[in-house]
Amino acid sequence: MKKQLFALLFALVPLTGMAATSSDVPYSMTPDLEDKASLQNGMKLYVNYCLGCHSLEYQRFSRAASDLGMPQDLVEENLIFSSDLLFNDQMEIAMEEEDAANWFGAAPPDLTLHNRLRGSDWIYSYLLTFYKDDEQPTGVNNKVFDMVAMPNVLEPLQGVQEKVCPDAEHQNGEAEGDASCSVLQVTEPGQMSPDEFEEAVYDLTNFLAYVGEPSKLQANTLGPKVLIFIFIFGVIAYLLKREYWRDIH
Amino acid sequence: MGNPNRVKAERGFMRWVDDRFPATQMWQDHLSGYYAPKNFNFWYFFGSLALLVLVNQILTGVWLTMSYNPSAEGAFDSIEYIMRDVEYGWLIRYMHSTGASAFFVVVYLHMFRGLLYGSYRAPRELVWVFGMIIYLALMAEAFMGYLLPWGQMSYWGAQVIISLFSAIPLIGPDLAQWIRGDFLVSGITLNRFFALHVVALPIVILGLVVLHIIALHEVGSNNPDGVEIKDRKDASGKPLDGIPFHPYYTVKDLFGVAVFLFVFCVVIFYFPEGGGYFLETPNFEPSDPLSTPDHIAPVWYFTPFYAMLRSITFSLFGLDAKFLGVMTMGAAIAILFVLPWLDRSPVRSMRYKGWISRTMLGLFVVSFCILGVLGVLPATGVRTQVSQVCTAVYFAFFLLMPYYTRVEKTKPVPERVTG
Repeated sequence: MKKQLFALLFALVPLTGMAATSSDVPYSMTPDLEDKASLQNGMKLYVNYCLGCHSLEYQRFSRAASDLGMPQDLVEENLIFSSDLLFNDQMEIAMEEEDAANWFGAAPPDLTLHNRLRGSDWIYSYLLTFYKDDEQPTGVNNKVFDMVAMPNVLEPLQGVQEKVCPDAEHQNGEAEGDASCSVLQVTEPGQMSPDEFEEAVYDLTNFLAYVGEPSKLQANTLGPKVLIFIFIFGVIAYLLKREYWRDIH
Repeated sequence: MGNPNRVKAERGFMRWVDDRFPATQMWQDHLSGYYAPKNFNFWYFFGSLALLVLVNQILTGVWLTMSYNPSAEGAFDSIEYIMRDVEYGWLIRYMHSTGASAFFVVVYLHMFRGLLYGSYRAPRELVWVFGMIIYLALMAEAFMGYLLPWGQMSYWGAQVIISLFSAIPLIGPDLAQWIRGDFLVSGITLNRFFALHVVALPIVILGLVVLHIIALHEVGSNNPDGVEIKDRKDASGKPLDGIPFHPYYTVKDLFGVAVFLFVFCVVIFYFPEGGGYFLETPNFEPSDPLSTPDHIAPVWYFTPFYAMLRSITFSLFGLDAKFLGVMTMGAAIAILFVLPWLDRSPVRSMRYKGWISRTMLGLFVVSFCILGVLGVLPATGVRTQVSQVCTAVYFAFFLLMPYYTRVEKTKPVPERVTG
């Protein structure tokens, strides 16, 4: 009987694999919610570069402050720009949805649950794969989101990225549709080196992973305690069962 | 007047109660004096586990109701409010959402046990039939509950399933509209599903569980050997192969509960989405009646029947494919109700049935699982053909049962239970 119960336990192991859903995006990242410095930097980047258009309508500044270990005054001074917003408010934007739709063609979506919808690999890849495309109204296109309406707001940090051909015969932009000409390379450097930029995008994605499910932090703390309790309870229950059943043949 | 000969406590508070309510008698009838076969194996954990999950669903459901807002405008937001701002709201919500899948896991295993050991056979037909009605009510409960988060998959899943009713000739479109209460799934639908999910169906399910257990305790539990323990009793009238449910099976089930809870909590704390099968990814986006998701798949526990529905791609006898598909899906569930009368084998348990029964059961399980997988995936030509074959096997298992259970050679059944 014991064997069968463990067999059942192992039958659930594939679930752990399924959690990492496969997606066909070029880069992958694993969020690390214990890395508070990364999350704090991610929040700083989000507030500075994203929160102009993308609200986090379920995420409170105060909750992020306590989860990421930031004092209230620091958050109020450096991360809350709008005078309409208070420490306990959700991270809303000032732009009206209707205006936004008129300006961009589609209103920028709220990103609170975007990580749960798209996955962190997608967000990470999306932010890394903007490239110059003069045919787009914004001057840029994206590898994982073709014809995207969003401009590359991180361009000052990243610099201008272009599709280049590693093969010397091809010149930049000439051989469109040629698979070998799809390598992205920074042609005009920005404030950050490519490595620094990747790290910044990691932090930003990590922050969005946190925002998607802040309770993950609590689950990670509570989970082991509960499991150890149930394990001990199970051992006692098993011994009790064995004692009672000693006489049954 | 109750039975004057009923068992009562000697004195004290319990005596006072027993003079007014048959507490001690009931305790004896259903626990301390209910003799169950001593040879229950692994498969017998799932009945008590189903009861545990039911209690979990009711308790967590009550607490979710305290913060949930059943309106089209507020439903999605209120779920996130529960996830973020309600103390332990995330835990309560994940216990409930994971509990729904866990309920079907244990119920499917519980039903498989019945198939394996012939627990539906006379005199236990009503135990099976009540169980089947519970299963049906559970499907309705799960379906309506799934609309409540009001995400994209909630919305479009409900839209697809309700529109199935419109395939019924003549009354179909009106019936679907009557169920929705609107021309399309809307806040009206959400409100009525909420009422049915939190009030009507839980009452029905609880009542049916009582009937299921009373019917079981009237006829006694079957066992892996399928022999009747009541046939052999000792001098005091107790079955030789029976042991009192309490304490023997209460302590054994307690261990089963611990193992179950361990697995359950691993999912709750570390994989609450169940890889996108317990909480489907598109449901993290609020419902939008103007934008249909690329691929609509029901939750895993409905997918075998959904695959059967989609496998019918042809019209027959002037009936169109959609209606035939709905009929097939309905028949797949309806046929389970008459199972006790399809099995004509002289023996109950698969242990003593012949190779045809064993093979058919194996094929049935494999087909059901394949259908479950296909129901999740988008339909393609080959997949549709495979699901047609699996649907045929599913029905063959039942429809041919009266024949193959009679013609096959069975093994001799022991007089007493083994091991």
